[in-house]
Amino acid sequence: MNFVYEKLMGGKQGLLGFVLLAALILVIMPMFFDIFRLNLIGKYLTYAFAAVSLVLLWGYGGILSLGQGVFFGLGGYGMAMFLKLEASSPENTKIQSTPGIPDFMDWNQITELPWFWVPFESFTLTIIAILTLPALFAYIIGKAMFTRRVGGVYFAIITQVIAVILTILIVGQQGFTGGINGITDLRTLNGWDITSDSAKYFFYFLNAGLLLTVIVISRFILTSKFGSLLLAMRDKEDRVRFSGYDVAHFKIFIFSFAAMISAIGGAMFTLQVGFMSPSFVGIVPSIEMVIFAAVGGRISLIGAVYGTLMINAGKTAFSESFPELWLFLMGGLFISVVMFFPNGLAGLWNDYAPRVFPFLKEKAKTKDVPPVVTDETGKGTV
Amino acid sequence: MKYFRTKIKGLMALPAAILLSTSCFAATPSTADINTTGLAITDDTVTVGILHSLTGTMAISETGAQEAEKLAISQINEMGGILGRKIEIVQEDGASDWPTFAEKSRKLLVRDKVAAVFGAWTSASRKAVLPVFEKENGLLYYPTFYEGLEQSKNVIYTGQEATQQILDGLNWVAKEKKAKTFYLIGSDYIWPRTSMKIARKHIENVLGGKVVGEEYKPLGDTQFGSVINKIRLKKPDVIYAAVVGGSNVAWFKQLKAAGITAKKQTLLTISVTEDEVLGIGGENLEGFYSIMKYFQSQDNENNKAFVKAFKEMWGEDSVIGDVTQAAYLGPWLWKAAVEKAGSFDVDKVVKASEEGEIELKTAPEGYVKLHPNHHLWSVARVGEWKKDGQATVVYESGLIEPNPFPEGYQ
Amino acid sequence: MFDEYTYSELGSIFAMQGFAGISLFSVLLLMALGLAIIFGQMGVINMAHGEFMAVGAYTTYFMSTLTETYFPSLMPYYFLVAIVVAFCVAGVLGYLAEYALIRHLYKRPLDTLLATWGLSLIMQQSFRTLFGAREVSPTLPDWLLGSYQPTDTIDIPLNGMFVLALTAVVTLGVFYLLYKSSWGLRVRATTQNRVMSGAVGINTKSVDRYTFALGCGIAGIAGAAFTTIASTGPTTGTLYIVDTFMVVVFGGAASLIGTIVSAFSIAQAQSLLEFFISGSMAKVYTLFALVLILMFKPEGLFASKVRR
Repeated sequence: MNFVYEKLMGGKQGLLGFVLLAALILVIMPMFFDIFRLNLIGKYLTYAFAAVSLVLLWGYGGILSLGQGVFFGLGGYGMAMFLKLEASSPENTKIQSTPGIPDFMDWNQITELPWFWVPFESFTLTIIAILTLPALFAYIIGKAMFTRRVGGVYFAIITQVIAVILTILIVGQQGFTGGINGITDLRTLNGWDITSDSAKYFFYFLNAGLLLTVIVISRFILTSKFGSLLLAMRDKEDRVRFSGYDVAHFKIFIFSFAAMISAIGGAMFTLQVGFMSPSFVGIVPSIEMVIFAAVGGRISLIGAVYGTLMINAGKTAFSESFPELWLFLMGGLFISVVMFFPNGLAGLWNDYAPRVFPFLKEKAKTKDVPPVVTDETGKGTV
Repeated sequence: MKYFRTKIKGLMALPAAILLSTSCFAATPSTADINTTGLAITDDTVTVGILHSLTGTMAISETGAQEAEKLAISQINEMGGILGRKIEIVQEDGASDWPTFAEKSRKLLVRDKVAAVFGAWTSASRKAVLPVFEKENGLLYYPTFYEGLEQSKNVIYTGQEATQQILDGLNWVAKEKKAKTFYLIGSDYIWPRTSMKIARKHIENVLGGKVVGEEYKPLGDTQFGSVINKIRLKKPDVIYAAVVGGSNVAWFKQLKAAGITAKKQTLLTISVTEDEVLGIGGENLEGFYSIMKYFQSQDNENNKAFVKAFKEMWGEDSVIGDVTQAAYLGPWLWKAAVEKAGSFDVDKVVKASEEGEIELKTAPEGYVKLHPNHHLWSVARVGEWKKDGQATVVYESGLIEPNPFPEGYQ
Repeated sequence: MFDEYTYSELGSIFAMQGFAGISLFSVLLLMALGLAIIFGQMGVINMAHGEFMAVGAYTTYFMSTLTETYFPSLMPYYFLVAIVVAFCVAGVLGYLAEYALIRHLYKRPLDTLLATWGLSLIMQQSFRTLFGAREVSPTLPDWLLGSYQPTDTIDIPLNGMFVLALTAVVTLGVFYLLYKSSWGLRVRATTQNRVMSGAVGINTKSVDRYTFALGCGIAGIAGAAFTTIASTGPTTGTLYIVDTFMVVVFGGAASLIGTIVSAFSIAQAQSLLEFFISGSMAKVYTLFALVLILMFKPEGLFASKVRR
């Protein structure tokens, strides 16, 4: 019991935060919103996976990836490929010159399913692919970079370039990927209509459950010895290295794990939105994911979820009434969160929660995570 | 609406035809009869949606379309609306983001219960909203010329599909310019690629010509030096271009800088309308050709009235491109279909549209007729660009049947 | 593919292809110079660099409209003035941005990245509000249009030559400022050791502010030069930002020579590849090669100490 309490929930304050979040997304929101709004919130919550992954990677590991959209996209495309193949049964596509392959392939004179699409005919293999391929890709990138001590801003820029490359590739190879339109018109999952209301409810709760699980696992990682090492690496990488730890391995692990989390978010995105397109792979979504984490407080797993919800809800609300103001507001948010609230929503919570809930007081003092704002310049190894 | 209190006279030409055919509906039918599916219709209003990007990269292109749709709607309201009901607009911003388009179209259909939506511009946004319209049984009027290969019960395509736009223009250039060799260049996405595929088949199989090069540049790319050199090396009779967006400007500026002008080289493009010319500059395009179904300079009464009304509503400086005009047709086609069906129910409106008798004798582009396959019969025109940013129509085809799934071109 | 051509034709094509590469090189270099100063000398990641270029471009457009309306007779000359004005406007804005924003974040490079991204969003929306969403391009003076024909078969674009010359002037200017002037000495001293520089009486804060302003000013010049090649819209800046960063990082952050060499090799590689394969894939291969090289040589072509 103590293990659950301390390691998975993060003590009294962590538990309270977790319970509040769980109550909000599992009970309160489904109670007060109809399925249309709930589906929207479900979409936002898929971005929260990427934001949580950035908390691990950036808030704790000090590694800023501007390419989380790549992994989000890979997960999303994995799921979309499976759904598209199901939607492209020979009966549904009999007007094509080659029935049984996705419509966009047929338009591009492809007459046979490309080899890398074949595994996605199986649901099991698809799930395995979503969980492993993005992580593997991250492992390769991480292995190449971290063992050569590429870090800091260089890593950020290189991940950004990878996002650009992948976007151009997906758009350019439209016969294999659906091009700029993405993979659209996804309808059923193993014969079950994913656009029906019951399916939407199911995916919402599945998504919320997965997100909470991911948070618990992440919390476990962070409260373990590995979490302390991550923080130590973030603040004084050289000292950790001199203490005999192989810093690169830890970084590779956390990068791959973060990629896997993002990919789960991407897959859930496809299921709830019904399509996947290269516009979620590029630079802009990737940077937006960083700001979700930053608004949440970058060292708070739960804060990242609130940050994501807040920004996206704000975006939807503002873009309806004041589209002009939205970019100003978003820009101002970026700046102020960096300059004035580096600890984001979680910082506000830590400051004010003990006042509202007095029983948190003594704990809050001892459990403080080291502040974010440290001298990070030691990080770039070049 | 203050723009319309006066100066309506010139516009009467367009509504007149429709008015005559529908005068039997003098008495306003009861709401229960014309709305059996719970759309947002009261005894004197009907709500429609407009869904275009007001922000983001596509805002540049989509502005004209939503302006034209609002113009058409306000003109219809001036005439008394549809089935005695004034049209009210709910406008949503797609923000150049495809999931936002899907989200907003779901909002329009599920929450606002709009009777029809005028909107979407890029193929990607159309593909994103298509499942929503099919699921919620909405009705979308889509204005852009596009790659074809699609026909949905819930969409009326008021722009041209690829074969309508491309084939006659190619025939013209082959005949008029004795063109045998073609160099194809486009931005790298689905519409240029599909259009080029159709063009290549037509050039090789029908015209007996030769494609000497085919090239795609990433969207937004601004460096055409190497491509221009390749073109020089191949010396094609015709450059056939479908470069879009910001790249378009760079492409024509660099062509001119490299000395490739209309004096030496025939260039035919399917992606330049009056809207694009604003950015490119007429001097960089002078003498090149565009194939479109509509040019602002078209000399007929309908068009003069349309251009005049448009400028009164949206400013003297506004230009009207092909898509803007196609977007203008949307509300009129919907009006005609609703009145024919005598109901706002989507199924009945679609059925009325599919009977092949919906026509606009007074469309700015000339006569158009709705084909049972949800596309318009329309004319292909070749325009030669002048320095002032307007085009002279140098060729007009006959009325072409829309064929979104062209045999032999796939 | 070359069988059916005479040697003179091929010669012309290769000459022009060479120029296409050089022209791309000058564009990349001009974009990257400002960033090389800001990123290389100061370690600041300025994601709004593209928007400072757009400031230059919009300034040029504004000057062009102004001249066309009020002093049509001066049209042939306005462009040169516009370049200077673009430099000043972008420089002043850069100065202000440093004062209001950047100086608080020198110790947190990853945070400057986010803050400047926010700045870029605000600038984009300001462009949209001020100049509209449509792409604009200034009316260019006649001497910038057309091509120079040394022989019948060779056309060298005039705007390309102009950008090349401008790049040369700016590069030499930057070299002079950084390596020959006393101000440059202070910049380099601050780069190498901020605390010591402060101790010997250099006002490091002022040095930072002017360095940043200079970098932004050069971005403004780049923007002005770009109006001869492409149009300007509110989001134009984002198109260039990744390429620009690649040039600087590939060259080795703090080395100006490195930036030049890197711009040259990237430009030549890309324009050669584009000549033989399709444009999209050429870009993919170029970027991919850069990432691979950077994985093996993370410090870039010309390594140098960055301020810690």
